[in-house]
Amino acid sequence: MPGRRRAVAALGRAGRLPAQPGLDPRRCEQFLLHEARLLDEGKFDDWLALFTLDAWYWVPSEPDQADPVETVSLIYDDRRLLETRVRRLASPRMYSQEPRSRTSRIIANSTLEDVERNSCTVRSKFVMIEYRREQQRIFGGTTLHRLVQEGSRILIAWKRVDLVNCDAPLDGITVPF
Amino acid sequence: MQQDLSHFIQPGRVHRQIYTDPAIFELELERIFGAAWIYVGHESQVKNPGDYFRSFIGRKSVVLVRDAEGEIRVIHNQCAHRGSLVVADDKGNTDEFQCCYHGWTYHLDGRLKAVPLQHGYPCDFDPKNSKTAMVKVPRVQSYRGFVFASEAPDGPSLEEFLGHMTTSLDDMVDRAPEGEIEIAGGVFKHAYDANWKLYLENLCDAAHPWFTHRSSIDAAQQQSDDVFSDGSGEIAIRQMRQNGAPYSFWESQVGIWTYPNGHSYLGDYHDDAKLVAALKDPLFREYIAALEKKKGKREARRVLEVRRWNSNVYPNLSFMSQFQQLRVVHPIAVDRTVVYTYNFRLKGAPEQMFRNTISFANTVNGTGSLVLTDDLEIYNRIGMGLSSAGAEWIEIGRGLQSDGPDTHGGRRGQNSTSEIYIRNMLDAWLAYMTGGQAKNMRAAF
Repeated sequence: MPGRRRAVAALGRAGRLPAQPGLDPRRCEQFLLHEARLLDEGKFDDWLALFTLDAWYWVPSEPDQADPVETVSLIYDDRRLLETRVRRLASPRMYSQEPRSRTSRIIANSTLEDVERNSCTVRSKFVMIEYRREQQRIFGGTTLHRLVQEGSRILIAWKRVDLVNCDAPLDGITVPF
Repeated sequence: MQQDLSHFIQPGRVHRQIYTDPAIFELELERIFGAAWIYVGHESQVKNPGDYFRSFIGRKSVVLVRDAEGEIRVIHNQCAHRGSLVVADDKGNTDEFQCCYHGWTYHLDGRLKAVPLQHGYPCDFDPKNSKTAMVKVPRVQSYRGFVFASEAPDGPSLEEFLGHMTTSLDDMVDRAPEGEIEIAGGVFKHAYDANWKLYLENLCDAAHPWFTHRSSIDAAQQQSDDVFSDGSGEIAIRQMRQNGAPYSFWESQVGIWTYPNGHSYLGDYHDDAKLVAALKDPLFREYIAALEKKKGKREARRVLEVRRWNSNVYPNLSFMSQFQQLRVVHPIAVDRTVVYTYNFRLKGAPEQMFRNTISFANTVNGTGSLVLTDDLEIYNRIGMGLSSAGAEWIEIGRGLQSDGPDTHGGRRGQNSTSEIYIRNMLDAWLAYMTGGQAKNMRAAF
């Protein structure tokens, strides 16, 4: 991913974005809570709209996984595949979501890292309860969001979700974290 | 039980109980997983002396290890003293194995090396006796780097067991320009609440993608190619679109071959214009050039014309040579199965090809993939469906009238939509379960 990271950094350095109030911790946290609510409410199109047009979304299969290209990932979507994933979530013939999952997420412990003029990385913890067909599963872990400010909007340039049980035998994961 | 077992399988149908009865599951562990050659790992996972890798024979925990002399061993992962699990890590390198309970220490081949308080044991206690060693699996053999172990002290050799399936394993290795492959890129572990047999029964099922994978086919077909991709999404979407090939494609262009002992493969599933390894693809051209340089044009062409999709070695292995995938089935309980999936790197191939292998794995084997999740749903639903005693018999007769002989001692379906591979697996199942006593009963009359 070095190439992708460079692209994101360049966007910040070039200062092409108009000066706006900075990405302060409170705004970032509110953004994460907004995102979590969209996911819990199944508003996946709105969730997709939070990502930049060249964003990537990554759930590694190993703790401390170095990259998504040399090792398999539970999910590794570039923007094109992320769009396909979200479109499938709306399909009435997505049998692995028949019946639909219900989810409830808690997002906490957010801190800012690698802060630049119009971008920053937010590190946070999450717990997600997923209920489907008489079974409840609990997922938890650490999320990194690379947020960029575009005009008055905040967008996700990339998102990495490290599950504490990423290398456990798991039944299918269908609802994004 | 032996008498009863033969009644569960009839021409073109099978009784649901063999997928749901815990007593039958226990017998399967003893008579199938306790007798057949079971895939336990690949030599590239234990490259150097002292390298070990934790694996399973049925539900038994074993350790695949390369000993100090370079020999590959498979030993049961239990201390000879109080039975504790000795090796707790998935993999690693060590000079010796040591139990964390009372410190019994073993050589890499399982022989006892040292025992604390040895003077306290009875006078006939002999550290050189096999009773004080970690138990060896009686037979271990490799075929071109693929390591199999058998709990049966005698029986057919590994090559006799594999039969014509050696050609599928050959294809895994021959595709490497330098003639060597290695497991790389991590592992997926996916789980479902249903019987282990259902997994292999799905991997050569050419009739399900059109239906089961409809949501990902539709989503991929509607996806604009103008949207940014770093290459990985493009591979995934191409494969999902290919899953949407109409029934006429599966009936006219793809074949299914079956062989003794329950083995099978889907073949000719490869439209070079559509798939990842497309002849038009510049990367694939680069790969072919590397293959031709190392092996000569003639051999390169021979290798590329072996067009296998999934190859199944019954009862626990499935692999795909075109995209360097390998899946290992672990039966946990009659209604619980865990599958580990691995990837291979072809030595001498362009590095990007391995990255494509990873993208492909994420698409077809990923726990969060847009494809596998619907397969897992199917396994779970079959598990729930079969546990209901309403309907007793399952239909496995598609193609029964049109199956025919194959030139290598097997049988093939008229086309890939035949369920001959299920009938073939169940015939092997019956032979293992009854010790060959139910020869007159077959699923594939």
